[in-house]
Amino acid sequence: MIEFISQPWPWYVSGAVIAFVMMILLFFGKSFGFSSNLRVICAACGAGKKVKFFDFDWRAQTWNLLFLVGAIVGGFVASEFLSTGEAVQISQATIQDLSQLGISAPESLQPDEVFSLESLLTVKGFLILLLGGFMIGFGSRYAGGCTSGHAISGISNLQLPSLIAVIGFFIGGLITTWVLLPLIF
Amino acid sequence: MKGLKFIIAGILFGIVMSKSEAISWYRIQEMFRFQSFHMYGIIGTAVVLGTIITYLIKKYNLRDYQGNPIVFKPKEKSVARYLIGGTIFGLGWALTGACPGPLFVNLGHGFWAFLLVIAGAIVGTFTYGVVKDRLPH
Repeated sequence: MIEFISQPWPWYVSGAVIAFVMMILLFFGKSFGFSSNLRVICAACGAGKKVKFFDFDWRAQTWNLLFLVGAIVGGFVASEFLSTGEAVQISQATIQDLSQLGISAPESLQPDEVFSLESLLTVKGFLILLLGGFMIGFGSRYAGGCTSGHAISGISNLQLPSLIAVIGFFIGGLITTWVLLPLIF
Repeated sequence: MKGLKFIIAGILFGIVMSKSEAISWYRIQEMFRFQSFHMYGIIGTAVVLGTIITYLIKKYNLRDYQGNPIVFKPKEKSVARYLIGGTIFGLGWALTGACPGPLFVNLGHGFWAFLLVIAGAIVGTFTYGVVKDRLPH
């Protein structure tokens, strides 16, 4: 059994489990939206004293912080107990495209060129991660949600705003992939 | 403990995002290069099943475990905030290969560089709160 679930899971299993997570949160009386946690963290750190946007009862969102803690634990469990340590099986075409940018074929889940300590300690590597994170935080709050809140929960509820947001996610993602990455790497 | 169920839901989420490799920078690159169906299959399956679940909950007025009605809040109507905010989000998503959930799942894997991305995301969220009223919504 452990051997079976240690293989990478096919997309239809993953998609079904994600829908299941969304469903149990609804039956717990909550909704599936991860980026709200970033706002909750700001509020919990006292940002509400200075900025109105963070002046709300963040304690009512403690459940979502617990979900966040669970996500970290889930990552730990997956890497410690349910992993074969295999490289990500991406397509040959992607491997070729990335090698032209100087990013080596996968040896684990993440490329060293972006996430190793050595890259982190270069100005370029530091800025990629910091600014990338900044845009994730700024953009998801501006758009009122991220992949979970808009692409999954919102579109499942047939919300046009969520579809517009997801179109935006792709516009941004395509600009980074096809314009920014060749300039950066 | 009332909070335990949320931790367990989070653990399930963390495991599934890991085991389907959806937390991998490589997979996000593959998606934005349209070179594999994998990520589209994950999101597509979740959306199709999610739509059915949402429809059934509404149709049968299903209630949560405490007996309260399950309500879906419609999103405010607008184009600018979703398109501009979404685009900014997408720029960061493709750069770091992670959306907010996977940022934290990656920490569990011991990819400590994500601490910096998370710090950036918190500063970004804070900055939005500061300049919010001056942005088109």
